[in-house]
Amino acid sequence: MKKEFKAIADIIPKNISVLDVGCGDGSLMNLLIKEKNIKARGLEIKEEYVKKCISRGLSVIEGDAETELHQFPDQSFDFVILSQTLQAFYNPEKVLKDLLRVGKSAIVSIPNFGYWKVRTSLLFFGKMPVTKTLPNNWYDTPNLHMCTIKDLFNFCSDKNIKINKIIGLNENRTSEIKKSNLERKNLFSKIGIFWLG
Amino acid sequence: MQLNRDFLPSLAGLFFYMNEKLENIKKLNITKPLLLDCKQNVSNFPLAYETYGELNKDKDNAILVFHALTGDQFVSGINPVTKKEGWWNTAVGPGKAIDTNKYFVICANVIGGCMGSWGPKEINKKTSEPYGLNFPVITIRDIVKAQETLLDYLGIKKLLCATGGSMGGMQALQFCATFPDRTFSAIPIACSTSHSAQNIALNELARQAVMADPVWDKGKYLKKKVQPKNGLAVARMVGHISYLSEKGMQEKFGRKLQEKADYEFSFDADFQVESYLRHQGYTFVERFDANSILYITRAMDYFDLSRQFKGGLVEAFKNQQTKFLVISFSSDWLYTTRENKDTVIALNAAGADVSFAEIKTDKGHDSFLVNEPEFLKTIKGFIDSMHTKFKNEKRI
Repeated sequence: MKKEFKAIADIIPKNISVLDVGCGDGSLMNLLIKEKNIKARGLEIKEEYVKKCISRGLSVIEGDAETELHQFPDQSFDFVILSQTLQAFYNPEKVLKDLLRVGKSAIVSIPNFGYWKVRTSLLFFGKMPVTKTLPNNWYDTPNLHMCTIKDLFNFCSDKNIKINKIIGLNENRTSEIKKSNLERKNLFSKIGIFWLG
Repeated sequence: MQLNRDFLPSLAGLFFYMNEKLENIKKLNITKPLLLDCKQNVSNFPLAYETYGELNKDKDNAILVFHALTGDQFVSGINPVTKKEGWWNTAVGPGKAIDTNKYFVICANVIGGCMGSWGPKEINKKTSEPYGLNFPVITIRDIVKAQETLLDYLGIKKLLCATGGSMGGMQALQFCATFPDRTFSAIPIACSTSHSAQNIALNELARQAVMADPVWDKGKYLKKKVQPKNGLAVARMVGHISYLSEKGMQEKFGRKLQEKADYEFSFDADFQVESYLRHQGYTFVERFDANSILYITRAMDYFDLSRQFKGGLVEAFKNQQTKFLVISFSSDWLYTTRENKDTVIALNAAGADVSFAEIKTDKGHDSFLVNEPEFLKTIKGFIDSMHTKFKNEKRI
């Protein structure tokens, strides 16, 4: 998902420190190091990704974000990034709070369950949606807590989490989401990127 | 305990024969005074070492390997003293994970050891007799300080990497804490920042086995040119049990009998696992000094990095520029993943640059010594990428 990473990189200032939670093979970290000269660290649960990152010279800790974010001291990173995994945690609220404890800011992206293709799949075909951003079937999906851009927006308001910016991504465009255009963007964005804290 | 005594006479002279062969190995006489943790000041002592590969012109390819409790400086190829394979032959050598065609690998025998470095079997110049228990009680920090002098001698300002498993990993951590500017990266493998109660207990078992052997004679056996072989062999057996995992041991031996169809209703080695332990025990006494086991296990037990620094572990790793890769093995019950992760947490809390990987394996603590492809791939990937970074940093 290059476009998403590009949009995240656009938010992040140069020469800062970033923790990428669920960093995968380290593509985003690499991009941020090259373009923004940041000090990057990763946390990743999959052993093979950890090894790949290590051999790319990236600093990555093998571990589960759900249980192991506690090892990072308070406010030890300028930014903490969580790309498209919030919905896969047992307790997304706890993870979100931990992200905002460890980072001075957090960037959280979600696959938007409010996207029109997702809605039509359920509405017209009566089937759980399988799309590019939601590629799994209902029985093998890692996603436990699917939500829409509007859901996360409301959640942040309820929990007094400060939203600095929301970016919506669809096929070829990125656009800023505000309260005024929330309903429309919630229908037409595949991915929502929240800059919090 | 009934031990296989028929086996012993043939080995009786071997240890002493090996001692004579130690004359031909590389030794550095350390003249720089070393103040030991026990407050004794020492100088003019030998540090035996070996190197593999060549130091390049830029001196950016040096890797210091620290050996574990019963290891020695002969990491790769054939050990010229024991004629057996080097203890880390799986990882170090031409074309291997730590490629000696590319890197300059250094390993020194720890002080307190018995492969040519200053240890309890060396002759005390004051008494003209082997030190025995008159050898000072040393620590991991003393061991590491002695090795720093070797780097000066070899003309290496900054290592590419410092690494080792088990006690070797503790030395790597100690080295980084004591000399934060002397290595670009470090791989502490299957170790901890302090010895756990369980590990102290197992070491105590090993020491008690040695000391319970009447031949040990309060450490004065060398004067009589004998070794407390039975005690030392039991000490080694304890070690070997702890290096394997329960599952690994069950799969390797199960209840299989040793070259027999049925029980013999005796105390000979009926089971393969007994035979294995006896073999490990009795081949060990050929090459190792019993007093060295006492001294080195003691050094491990005293190891506690947090105790050395006011403010604990975070202080120990403060201002670290070294890039760490901590590795644990899923079936290691001697230095568990939990303990290795505690090291990672401390490094994180100190703001150090740290990676961590747990290798999934049934091979227990011994995993770093055997052919474990995922482990070898991980260290190779790390060292090669660190070399690129180190070269770039030097260029800038």
